Amino acid sequence: MTAAKAPPADAPPPVPSAPAVPPVRTAPARRRLTPYWLLLPGVLWLLVFFALPMVYQASTSVQTGSLEEGYTVTWHFAVYGDALAEYWPHFVRSVLYAGTATALCLLLGYPLAYLIAFRAGRWRALLLVLVIAPFFTSFLIRTLAWKTILADGGPLVEILRTVGLLEVTALLGMTEGDRVLATPLAVVTGLTYNFLPFMILPLYTSLERIDPRLHEAAGDLYARPFTAFRQVTLPLSMPGVVSGTLLTFIPASGDYVNAELLGSTDTKMVGNVIQSQFLRVLDYPTAAALSFLLMAIVLIMVTVYIRRAGTEDLL
Amino acid sequence: MTDSTESGDLRLTGISKTYGGSFTAVHPLDLTVPHGAFFALLGASGCGKTTTLRMIAGLEDPTTGSVLLGDRDVTRLPPYKRPVNTVFQSYALFPHLSVYENVAFGLRRRGAARVRERVGDMLDLVQLGDLAARRPHQLSGGQQQRVAVARALINHPRVLLLDEPLGALDLKLRRQMQLELKRIQTEVGITFVHVTHDQEEAMSLADTVAVMNGGRVEQLGAPAELYENPRTTFVANFLGTSNLIGADVVSAGGGEVVVTASGVRLRLPAGRCATAPGADGRLLVGIRPEKMSLVHRDEADSVPAGRNRFTGTIAAAGFIGVSTQYLIDSPLGPGVEVYVQNIERDPRLTPGAEVVVHWNPEHSFGLDAAQDINSGVETAGDPS
Amino acid sequence: MAPIAWLRRHTVVVAGLLTLAYLLLPNLVVLVFSFNAPAGKFNYSWREFSTAAWRDPCGVPDLCGSLALSLQIAFWATAGATVLGVMIAFALVRYRFRGRGAVNSLIFLPMAMPEVVMAASLLTLFLNLGAELGFPTVLIAHTMFCLSFVVVAVKARVLSMDPRLEEAARDLYAGPVQTFLRVTLPIAAPGIAAGALLAFSLSFDDFIITNFTSGTAVTFPMFVWGSAQRGTPVQINVIGTAMFVLAVLTVVLGQLVAGRRRNHTPS
Repeated sequence: MTAAKAPPADAPPPVPSAPAVPPVRTAPARRRLTPYWLLLPGVLWLLVFFALPMVYQASTSVQTGSLEEGYTVTWHFAVYGDALAEYWPHFVRSVLYAGTATALCLLLGYPLAYLIAFRAGRWRALLLVLVIAPFFTSFLIRTLAWKTILADGGPLVEILRTVGLLEVTALLGMTEGDRVLATPLAVVTGLTYNFLPFMILPLYTSLERIDPRLHEAAGDLYARPFTAFRQVTLPLSMPGVVSGTLLTFIPASGDYVNAELLGSTDTKMVGNVIQSQFLRVLDYPTAAALSFLLMAIVLIMVTVYIRRAGTEDLL
Repeated sequence: MTDSTESGDLRLTGISKTYGGSFTAVHPLDLTVPHGAFFALLGASGCGKTTTLRMIAGLEDPTTGSVLLGDRDVTRLPPYKRPVNTVFQSYALFPHLSVYENVAFGLRRRGAARVRERVGDMLDLVQLGDLAARRPHQLSGGQQQRVAVARALINHPRVLLLDEPLGALDLKLRRQMQLELKRIQTEVGITFVHVTHDQEEAMSLADTVAVMNGGRVEQLGAPAELYENPRTTFVANFLGTSNLIGADVVSAGGGEVVVTASGVRLRLPAGRCATAPGADGRLLVGIRPEKMSLVHRDEADSVPAGRNRFTGTIAAAGFIGVSTQYLIDSPLGPGVEVYVQNIERDPRLTPGAEVVVHWNPEHSFGLDAAQDINSGVETAGDPS
Repeated sequence: MAPIAWLRRHTVVVAGLLTLAYLLLPNLVVLVFSFNAPAGKFNYSWREFSTAAWRDPCGVPDLCGSLALSLQIAFWATAGATVLGVMIAFALVRYRFRGRGAVNSLIFLPMAMPEVVMAASLLTLFLNLGAELGFPTVLIAHTMFCLSFVVVAVKARVLSMDPRLEEAARDLYAGPVQTFLRVTLPIAAPGIAAGALLAFSLSFDDFIITNFTSGTAVTFPMFVWGSAQRGTPVQINVIGTAMFVLAVLTVVLGQLVAGRRRNHTPS
């Protein structure tokens, strides 16, 4: 086919003749290998220092022996039963404290995330900075500060006592007497505090994506403000809720810093046991078994949760 | 007709693109774009026009066939070695570079001399001289569009490829930029290949339009030729609006074809039939809405003899300023469209009125009846 | 306005600001107690105002040494994790290949694992290999857990990048290398910077994994942990406050500069 009617091209500008380069053929085989070369170093790193250690840990857990004589794999599975029998309260505490802290994070974090996303106006950037700001001080220093804040007879504890809140928490088994420090409440307070930004940021991200007009549309369609929130805003923020709870619960369940610094011997979590078994008692098989069990429990809970929440595309 | 072997023409021979061995975006295609032409590839989204453009640019490897610039085969050249530049859909301006650096990008990559001077000249050509230091996001849509054109044109490509260059602009600005593009093309004399789904844009800009559908070129020609003599129902419906009426051929001879449709006798010139009608075959009679006239039934006698005519009822009337658009229900079928210029409006022509529709038989065209009569009709949901 | 009505209208604001107070209270305490002159070894209760610690921030043995070690580890771990992470992110976004799902899982799992589990398993690896614990093992561990976060940050940025920009570069005579250096990298830079910043702060502030893999090396968090047992010098509050103020100032200044640049140009 030939096109008709070329326009009069009076005085076209000099077209630079491109250098005569021989046709280059792209090597498809080489191109197919490119992603593997890009992946190789990082993936290798993760395989050797993340996946392989898991294998070593699994094998360590079924070894017997002693530090002096060395350990050998004897498929001593009884270690799991023994570990569970001895340390089940620690597992319960870990799940309970981490769960409570996660719930509190959601309860406390949602209003702040909502405030930043919809009501902050020109203060939005400043508020976001203030949420992230605590990170800049080492979390250990900040956790130690709670020792001061929750000190016996301190202003906060006195207020809680006067209002009668301490009696309520005592009934729940969270506190004892007039103390807050060295009680489960102190540990949960610390955990909640430590992981709160991990809840707020994903919540904010998913709230911020919601078109505020949706809320107005709901109002236009006869929904009262709270109904509009429950029917429109909350469902749309579910991805943030899911990733926020995961980002809070997972690290909280393995934490031992808060229990160590703010708790007592009666508030030790499974992380504390793993830490002391590995670094002080040097009972490696038990420690490895505990760690493996913790991993299994967390993975199972997370998987069930993600299935329930129906958000499998978190990444 | 331009000699297709003349150096500088863009030639596609047997070019095709198949994805994953199953989906064919472009069927083997031969196309010659003469040097200096303004050529438009027109079609709905997914018709293969952009894939064709990308194969010319080198951004897509053709499955078969080759791309020739003059006598040089560039099929295997990567895009950065082809003397062809592209104005991308939504422009793809580099957000991290100023307008000046965007325009200078190609020159710098080739180590060209006098960059400052040439960029300055080019920015003047597109009337953006005073915005050189701005970043793309600080420009309006129309300004961004001109930067994209300048960034490509400054390299003096043999062919400038434009992929829906005006798609992101609002209607008024689009009209304005069409004139601008035409001016620039006339000024620089470079071959433009313009991909668009907007038939008015294609017709007003291009010397030659290729209408694509389903990975094939349905018809190619000058805009007026395509509009007046569509050869397929797709072209008839996609380019403007056509009333297509299924009819039985009664007789053919003497340069005239006579058909009947639901008892109405219609005549049309044999020269405007896309297929040679058999004496007993079927034919689709096409007629553009603006070629038809409308009179109230009481004045049926005023219709001159020798015109095609039928009687119907006005189903709907829409006043759009320049003209009034009527939908006529008749034995030929529902919804025949008639556009009447608002010169002297007959107050009786309201919905429900009985009318006679008539037109010069010379204005009818004939299409092969073995096609989908609704091919190319825009339905709700399609981008307009 | 009746106070009850006002409260009802502003529940979200009040609740949000209370949460913010909860978040910032410890920092306030750290700041106030950096001016304390504690009675004993522990800086937990207020005695009297003093600027002694601010005048001599390195006055405690090993404190500033641990800070320097933390900075070193954070720097190298960030560098390593960023290079490896950027490569993985580009491979994941830009190429189709077999084993994609497996790679994605391998990236995701370290983030979905309690830190103590990774720490413990790494320790078993190092013990079994007879590796001596110290700077190198900490660096290895930090690079490992920072990697995933870099991948996620960079991936998000590269995914949101218009592929036509790179096509435009190739169309304008930039070869593969030029395209990457002149277009891809500058545009992905904010994502890479975000990933690197995240990696740096994660590594710098990491305690649990460091606790298991550091041997005798003492990073700043390790120093604080140890001092919680032996006695907390006021200087750690000084360091904590200084880091906080420095970081907030940097962010606020950055925001101001960005805001000013934006205001200068009409859109």
